[in-house]
Amino acid sequence: MDKHVTPAPAQASDARPVLEGPDIARVLTRIAHEIVERAKGADDVVLLGIPTRGVFLAQRLAAKLEQITDRAVPVGSLDITMYRDDLRMHPPRALARTEIPADGIDGRLVVLVDDVLFSGRTIRAALDALNDIGRPRAVQLAVLVDRGHRELPIRADYVGKNLPTSLRETVKVQLAEEDGRDTVLLGAKPAAQ
Amino acid sequence: MSKILIRGAKVLGGAPQDVLIDGETVAEVGTGLSADGAEVVEAGGKVLLPGLVDLHTHLREPGREDSETVLTGTRAAASGGYTAVFAMANTFPVADTAGVVEQVWRLGQEHGYCDVQPIGAVTVGLEGRKLAELGAMHESAAGVTVFSDDGKCVDDAVIMRRALEYVKAFGGVVAQHAQEPRLTEGAQMNEGVVSAELGLGGWPAVAEESVIARDVLLADHVGSRVHICHLSTAGSVEIVRWAKSRGIQVTAEVTPHHLLLTDELVRTYNPVYKVNPPLRTERDVLALREALADGTIDIVATDHAPHPHEDKDCEWAAAAMGMVGLETALSVVQETMVDTGLLDWAGVADRMSFKPARIGQATGHGRPVSAGEPANLTLVDTEYRGRVDPAGFASRSRNTPYEGRELPGRVTHTWLRGKATLVDGKLT
Amino acid sequence: MQRHLISAADLTRDDAVLILDTAEEMARVADRPIKKLPTLRGRTIVNLFFEDSTRTRISFEAAEKRLSADVINFSAKGSSVSKGESLKDTAQTLEAMGVDAVVIRHGASGAPYRLANSGWIDAAVINAGDGTHQHPTQALLDAFTMRRRLIGRDAGLGQDLSGKRITVVGDVLHSRVARSNVDLLHTLGAEVTLVAPPTLVPVGVDSWPCAVSYDLDSTLPKSDAVMMLRVQRERMNAAFFPTEREYSRRYGLDGDRMARLPEHAIVMHPGPMVRGMEITAEVADSGRCTAVEQVANGVSIRMAVLYLLLGGNEPAVTHSRTEEK
Repeated sequence: MDKHVTPAPAQASDARPVLEGPDIARVLTRIAHEIVERAKGADDVVLLGIPTRGVFLAQRLAAKLEQITDRAVPVGSLDITMYRDDLRMHPPRALARTEIPADGIDGRLVVLVDDVLFSGRTIRAALDALNDIGRPRAVQLAVLVDRGHRELPIRADYVGKNLPTSLRETVKVQLAEEDGRDTVLLGAKPAAQ
Repeated sequence: MSKILIRGAKVLGGAPQDVLIDGETVAEVGTGLSADGAEVVEAGGKVLLPGLVDLHTHLREPGREDSETVLTGTRAAASGGYTAVFAMANTFPVADTAGVVEQVWRLGQEHGYCDVQPIGAVTVGLEGRKLAELGAMHESAAGVTVFSDDGKCVDDAVIMRRALEYVKAFGGVVAQHAQEPRLTEGAQMNEGVVSAELGLGGWPAVAEESVIARDVLLADHVGSRVHICHLSTAGSVEIVRWAKSRGIQVTAEVTPHHLLLTDELVRTYNPVYKVNPPLRTERDVLALREALADGTIDIVATDHAPHPHEDKDCEWAAAAMGMVGLETALSVVQETMVDTGLLDWAGVADRMSFKPARIGQATGHGRPVSAGEPANLTLVDTEYRGRVDPAGFASRSRNTPYEGRELPGRVTHTWLRGKATLVDGKLT
Repeated sequence: MQRHLISAADLTRDDAVLILDTAEEMARVADRPIKKLPTLRGRTIVNLFFEDSTRTRISFEAAEKRLSADVINFSAKGSSVSKGESLKDTAQTLEAMGVDAVVIRHGASGAPYRLANSGWIDAAVINAGDGTHQHPTQALLDAFTMRRRLIGRDAGLGQDLSGKRITVVGDVLHSRVARSNVDLLHTLGAEVTLVAPPTLVPVGVDSWPCAVSYDLDSTLPKSDAVMMLRVQRERMNAAFFPTEREYSRRYGLDGDRMARLPEHAIVMHPGPMVRGMEITAEVADSGRCTAVEQVANGVSIRMAVLYLLLGGNEPAVTHSRTEEK
């Protein structure tokens, strides 16, 4: 999710794909339809991706929504770095871009988009960040993968794939825009050193 | 009185010999001397030098007893191998009257660690305007022969000329602190590459050199002799060399720190390196060493300048200028001059004892180590190497730039007129 | 742990670019309805100002507050400092109060370095200007302003200032801004030319990574940015130049001179400006003058520096020289 979590070299070889390119396209299409259905036409939807890969997913979702509804859907990015609750546990991270669509988020239905839902802390930070930016009518969450192990009372409204994992496993989402290919990899954590 | 036999000492660095002290004088120098009735000090190849003489010491008493007193300063001197020190006049009150110089001289005599020869101020209150009673100070019990406004420059050319002329009447000498005051307003360190970068007020070499040039010309003109304190630049060396080649009566001193340290150290902003004149460049250091070796610079003088901790434990600009030096001088000279091959131990004896005694007319000091001479002696373990630990200083102050630095040589014994002031590195 | 910002010379190219990039993101916070981030919540920063500088103090204070730090302003005026309390005692008093960082402005060159390296205090030290030594956040905000104007807000991300020609004019001798800028701009790949009367250039400048010229007119056409330094009228009394009039005639920037600059070039000034001395009102008020922008950028840069030094468990900025081993 951020550049500080470098994948262990062993991961690429040991990891096995749980979603491939076509699967990802399919689940995004499904999520887009769900959004239209639940938001009754999605005319006030704003998509905000959480950097890095959530932004690409949000852009892909926006394109699909446009196909379905024939209307442009505002899409932006929301960097949550400065709102993280673990800032003091790591060196400061490079900031990513926060780009709020021109018409803002007040009174809109904001759909946060991220690649993996895990502890829920990222989403907690995103909700705090949203709070400083405006007052949406409602906030929903779309994720490509929900791997469980929540540490906060947070759930996703749209899930691409529920993936039961153990804490010893890693989930790595790769997207063409950043990584050159679309895939979700499930691997084993390198042994503690 | 008791006898002491120093056995197997390299006198002035020469072949091992025995030196017998009887009472206050050296009785005999030779090999295989009888130890009969004498306390024996096994020198074991250590170097025996005449007691060192410092022409430039700040003892701070009266007035700044928080940084040094005559007692602590002379103990530091004995510890560093000195048997005579010249105490600078910038005390509170200033040593510009017979009363003050006699007081300082008496304190030295009472404590008995080292002869203290007061230096008298050239001008009243070191203010550079009115001559102090130079004759009265000379005629006092202290018998002052060296006059200096050190800390301040006698910058008025007329006052300097008069002082140079006036002291001829009783064979005195004026020691000039060469620092053109206008060129050094707000000056904090040597002006050059480092000052430009650090943004500290520059202290140009020319501020020293221009005053030296003027003063050697004045001395020439009035036929007097002038002594230059703590010469610090390559340019000053050139001027003194030129003056000597012309037969002008000029003598000059260099401090140990100017022989070793450069202004690069100021990059730490640690005020322990703040000193007047400032630390200069590598080029200056090398020129000073060469000049001391070839005799252009006559002597090493410490400019021992004690300051209390709080005056150095602050930002650079607020800090006092000066370094203690009595207890490290010989080590620094060994490091920079002897171990580099520039000077032998006889040369060290010349620059640190014979010549300073002659310039300051310190009777009984700076004499050869031979029968019949006063037993002012210093025994040095030249093989020793160790780190400087200010906690062990006898001086009341600790503002040494050498803390933690490894230096060679250690004074183990000092005798003042036959009386041991330092034995095995411990003050008596 | 290396966690101070004392001199612009201590920053590597990558550090400096990271700070500029971070500042771009911080700048966007200023456009939000709530100009605040929770990042430094619970951290205490003291602005320790031994020298009056309302502008710099306010800029740091705004940056600190936007990052939710607790801010203590300590001005030397009227305090125990003017009654002879030492920097050390002041530092230790602050230390006892549990301060996480000290932003220090001091009239003595090297005071921040001493504070950071003397063992008086554990807090991070950020130099807000010391004597005639350094003012690293000023140099950073200047570089930030140049990058934005000469390359572009987004186009500049990740970029340094390679090949940009920067002319710095005025009292270089007494200027911490000039020293910091020469160091930082050189690190960022710019070509710097100092222009001043010879009396206002320090002896030893030949070791600086820049060119020196005494002729403003011939330098202007080759400048992408020209930075005018404040020249204090009092310098005249110390014979650094004969009269104010002669100074501004030879080294001041007026409309005619500004016309010699390339079309795209900008005019910068760290403020406060002495109008009629180093810069005419016509130039100061023109669209090419970035003085006001620089002030706004100062808050973003200081937010970036504070975040990168204090935002994590260790600083993101590496240092090369300032720290004693």
